[in-house]
Amino acid sequence: MSKNTLSTSLFNRDILQQAIIDAFAKLAPRQQWKNPVMFVVYLGSMLTSVLWLQALRGQGDAPAGFILAIACCLWFTVLFANFAEAVAEGRSKAQASFLHNAKRDIIAKKLDEARYGNPFTEIAASSLRKGDVVLIEAGDFIPGDGDVIEGVASVDESAITGESAPVIRESGGDFSSVTGGTRVLSDWLVVRISVNPGETFLDRMIAMVEGSQRQKTPNEIALTILLVALTLVFLMATVTLLPFSLYSVETAGSGHPLSITVLVALLVCLIPTTIGGLLSAIGVAGIGRMMQKNVVATSGRAVEAAGDVDVLLLDKTGTITLGNRQAAAFFPAKGVSEKQLADAAQLSSLADETPEGRSIVVLAKQKFGIRGRDVHSLGATFVHFSAQTRMSGVNLKGRQIRKGSEDAIRGYITEQGGRFPADTQNIVIDVSRRGSTPLVVAEDKKVLGVIELKDIVKGGIKERFMELRQMGIKTIMITGDNRLTAAAIAAEAGVDDFLAEATPEAKLNLIRQHQAEGRLVAMTGDGTNDAPALAQADVAVAMNSGTQAAKEAGNMVDLDSNPTKLIEIVETGKQMLMTRGALTTFSIANDVAKYFAIIPAAFAGTYPALNVLNVMHLATPASAILSAVIFNALIIIALIPLALRGVGYKPVGAEKLLQNNLLIYGLGGLVVPFIGIKLIDALLVGLHLV
Amino acid sequence: MTEQGLLQVTLYLAILLLLVRPLGGYMARVYLNAPPAGPSRWLTGIERGIYRLSSIDPDQEMCWPQYALAVLLFNLLGIVAVFVLERWQAILPLNPQGMAAIGVDSALNTAVSFATNTNWQGYGGETTLSYLTQMLGLTVQNFLSAASGMAVLVALIRGFSRHNAETIGNFWVDMTRSVLYILLPLSLVFAVILAGQGVLQNYAPYQTVTTVEAQNQAARQQTIAMGPVASQLAIKQLGTNGGGFFNVNSSHPFENPTPLSNFLEMLAILLIPAALCYSFGVMIGDTRQGWLILATMAAIFIPLVLLTVAAEQAGNPLLANPDVDQAASLTQAGGNMEGKETRFGIVNSALWAVVTTAASNGSVNAMHDSFTPLGGLAPMALMQLGEVVFGGVGSGLYGMIVFALVAVFIAGLMIGRTPEYLGKKIEAFEMKMAALVILIPPLLVLGGTALAVMLDVGKTSIFNPGAHGFSEVLYAFSSAGNNNGSAFAGLNANVPFYNLSLAIAMLIARYGLMVPVLAIAGSLAAKKSVPVGAGTLPTHTPLFGMLLLVVVVMVGALTFVPALALGPIVEHLQMIGLH
Repeated sequence: MSKNTLSTSLFNRDILQQAIIDAFAKLAPRQQWKNPVMFVVYLGSMLTSVLWLQALRGQGDAPAGFILAIACCLWFTVLFANFAEAVAEGRSKAQASFLHNAKRDIIAKKLDEARYGNPFTEIAASSLRKGDVVLIEAGDFIPGDGDVIEGVASVDESAITGESAPVIRESGGDFSSVTGGTRVLSDWLVVRISVNPGETFLDRMIAMVEGSQRQKTPNEIALTILLVALTLVFLMATVTLLPFSLYSVETAGSGHPLSITVLVALLVCLIPTTIGGLLSAIGVAGIGRMMQKNVVATSGRAVEAAGDVDVLLLDKTGTITLGNRQAAAFFPAKGVSEKQLADAAQLSSLADETPEGRSIVVLAKQKFGIRGRDVHSLGATFVHFSAQTRMSGVNLKGRQIRKGSEDAIRGYITEQGGRFPADTQNIVIDVSRRGSTPLVVAEDKKVLGVIELKDIVKGGIKERFMELRQMGIKTIMITGDNRLTAAAIAAEAGVDDFLAEATPEAKLNLIRQHQAEGRLVAMTGDGTNDAPALAQADVAVAMNSGTQAAKEAGNMVDLDSNPTKLIEIVETGKQMLMTRGALTTFSIANDVAKYFAIIPAAFAGTYPALNVLNVMHLATPASAILSAVIFNALIIIALIPLALRGVGYKPVGAEKLLQNNLLIYGLGGLVVPFIGIKLIDALLVGLHLV
Repeated sequence: MTEQGLLQVTLYLAILLLLVRPLGGYMARVYLNAPPAGPSRWLTGIERGIYRLSSIDPDQEMCWPQYALAVLLFNLLGIVAVFVLERWQAILPLNPQGMAAIGVDSALNTAVSFATNTNWQGYGGETTLSYLTQMLGLTVQNFLSAASGMAVLVALIRGFSRHNAETIGNFWVDMTRSVLYILLPLSLVFAVILAGQGVLQNYAPYQTVTTVEAQNQAARQQTIAMGPVASQLAIKQLGTNGGGFFNVNSSHPFENPTPLSNFLEMLAILLIPAALCYSFGVMIGDTRQGWLILATMAAIFIPLVLLTVAAEQAGNPLLANPDVDQAASLTQAGGNMEGKETRFGIVNSALWAVVTTAASNGSVNAMHDSFTPLGGLAPMALMQLGEVVFGGVGSGLYGMIVFALVAVFIAGLMIGRTPEYLGKKIEAFEMKMAALVILIPPLLVLGGTALAVMLDVGKTSIFNPGAHGFSEVLYAFSSAGNNNGSAFAGLNANVPFYNLSLAIAMLIARYGLMVPVLAIAGSLAAKKSVPVGAGTLPTHTPLFGMLLLVVVVMVGALTFVPALALGPIVEHLQMIGLH
């Protein structure tokens, strides 16, 4: 996963430069209008600027220097919020364009007729349309996402997944999908392009990051409503202060009514600008963080839903158990000794570098002390597993040993005129029934027996499930195994429930059933037969190695094709919500200190008794108001890293989590501005600025 | 605060708490369609008779817009009825004193005030209203406005307890049951007890008597007002109405004659609002949720009681000279006795002030205008919190539940989960409606106050200059804009400007909140019920209670601190500063 090292540092110079330019570009009213809270600040900045111009002509309601200082602070508040959004966008875009780069400048061989061997014309990949059929030969880049309709080939997908081992792609079945930008290493493929240019999931994601396509998520909308309501309350509280102050001055007979400048400053301080300014940055950063985990989300809604998931459907193989099984026992055929079988199995696996192969060698050594032999002295040539034969083995002098699935070996034996014995058939059935995988070993045309490959539950997975349980998420294992085997593995792995002998329909029904009970369901899938269930699930992560149908049905694609990643996806979703919550609480808690700064400053002229409330002992009314406004602007910048990184998530249960976050962001939000405003005030006085 | 004061407050709270469970459980059964057997059997007969007479099918349920329309039309009818009675009282019976028709603006203000459960009184009862208007107009509205609030609450609770449902109940049924099974029996018992304590209940013309100070020529004759007081008083307290029969409300010896009547009247104010919290718990199948809400209300209420009692008991430092004795002793209550009845003293006056403003009752047994600045701040703050600390019958709890939705929303964000309350997901629509409920009262209070202090018609009614005058106006709009009805006094509000502006505030504060609450009910009822899991934030724990408290207090404080700073806070600072 080398690509993850890409510019994930928060403040990459290029991104920052671009963000500063974007921050100014985002001053366009149309951009500002999208964010109601910041729009108020935007209007306030304009208003105070006009007041300053007026003051220059001698008609100001406050000293021109003071108005200018306030106006500048307000403009900076707006710019800082723009900057936060631009940085988040810049980082996500950099990440996305890295993925995207692979697709540029590819020449596609468009077939005139959809069959191998037909003439083709060379066109630019970018002009391919959905439905076009292209030929890709060894060494060619695949010009676009599509389905293999003919051929088998090994494909290097490292550009997308970072995984260097090539994968097999073939027509039909679950390995028929190819991704644009990956490279065919051997053989050839005929591919039907399945998306128009600009519509691949990468394109969709880039558009979303760039904001043009980014829809507000439901939760973002609800939060915006709350923020707008708060803004209106504060608008009312400050607007009415003008008549209140006029009346107070009139009856007290001392002091001056509040100036518009002070009112605007108070308003901007009180409205939740911290969260308002960082809200969209948090959303963009959430998508970006998914991308860092090599997950491409096609909607922000999906990322957010991920945080809410109640039920996780996990495929047994690859998620709960190691995808590669391990040899557990030898079952010789009639007339063959176990040692004979073990010996042949070991020979055929000596050069087999797959985990299964290695486990056979280990088992043979454990059981019968069969040691590793010098391959060269045997004069052996190894037959590697290939997509066509689905077998591997070894050719010795006069001996041909093969191991493979029952189907493959049966075909191999029959081809040579041999017969697949009935007792071996029974062993195969027995082993399968236990949920293990039978691997049949044959020498020439004789079947020697069966190796039982057992599922191994992944290390640490039990602890992961425990964490999930604490997060309130129920895990359900999905497996094609029979109930007994499934139950044994479920118990070993510590999942909450399992679905055995799962068919696509059973999966779909399970999802519907949970959704009807009001739960949100997440699942991963790769096969075409997973597509209906993926489409039904609330959070559906398709494996990049999976079929195009699966990818289109899902709302996220995991480029690493790692099913365990669902857990990280959930955490990222939660982090995004929590970051919003934390900053909202922080923002509102800040207001207490700002009141203590501004109320005495604004009214002490009328009622000197109110000076008691100046608990921070700010130097002058002007310095108090300026300090509050400056603090308000700077806190946005200070919190950008938090907005981008997200609040840390620990699975400790809802109550404890709330308590921790309330302490940090609630209490912190209460205390920090008292210190911050006092420091800024001291600095302003120290620099003789006020 | 004196030991004896502490004892009285504790006794009050203890007895209130004792009554919560029995009454709350009973009310829940009434609304859950399972009224207990016994005397209520023949009430069931009456209930059926009412439906037959008014051709209502009690099984026909309403969706939320229908429910809201029924509430609005029914209340509009109430406003019209009271208005007509006031305007025509001169030619109607039961008017032994020959009271004249009420002026249009005052009649409208009073009609709106009683229909909205505010019971703001711009008029003086015994000098302007006939017995018929008091009984048929105001007392009837006391029942119906309270029942309307309870009905809306019950509809909201159904929103939580139902799932995938289109309807939230039948308004006519909820209304009828509230009156028939709850308000009428309680009022009947309470009115009899009050009459036993010496509260008047007659139709006699006013009595003219010769005073004991007969030597003094000017004061020889005194007119003593009469009337059917007890029957109106009982529901005035129980239904958090607060509109007194007499102008001076429960400080009048015929409206509140004894310490026992005083205690019971205070108890009656918080009785139903507190018990409804328990009913809520029963109806949603988790009483812990109800207790938590009650505890949260108490956690705001008790400190304010202590503050007010302490502030009043401390008295006025400006009077600290050897000639004025403000110390509590065996022979006097001590403290700031201005505007208080010596019968009730400091503690019972201060406690009443907090109780009556915590619940949206508004009846008084002392003049809040004469309280110390901090003593007057607590009642004002309680109203400005949105009347959710106990609040009006029904309306207080539904207001608090809306605050709980906001608290849950923030909490949900803090733990990374789409918020849910009582199994219902809180989404954009609920937040929109909740925002309205929380926004409207402050807009009315601040907007109204701003208007009044800008206009000459507003300013001329203010008796006291300076910060205290500002407090008087702010108090009036806080009261109307939150449907409390308590008056600071010191403001001549019976002028067209205040009558009309306060009437508008009362209307919007009542129905502008009821409609969004019903919309929330409808939206929640239609949702699936999310099962509780390990990731669900428990909403019955002290932590959540604390968060709810902070949300309520923060919203109130952030909105009103600047205004309060120019009123009671600066008054207080000036008072202690001058000393």
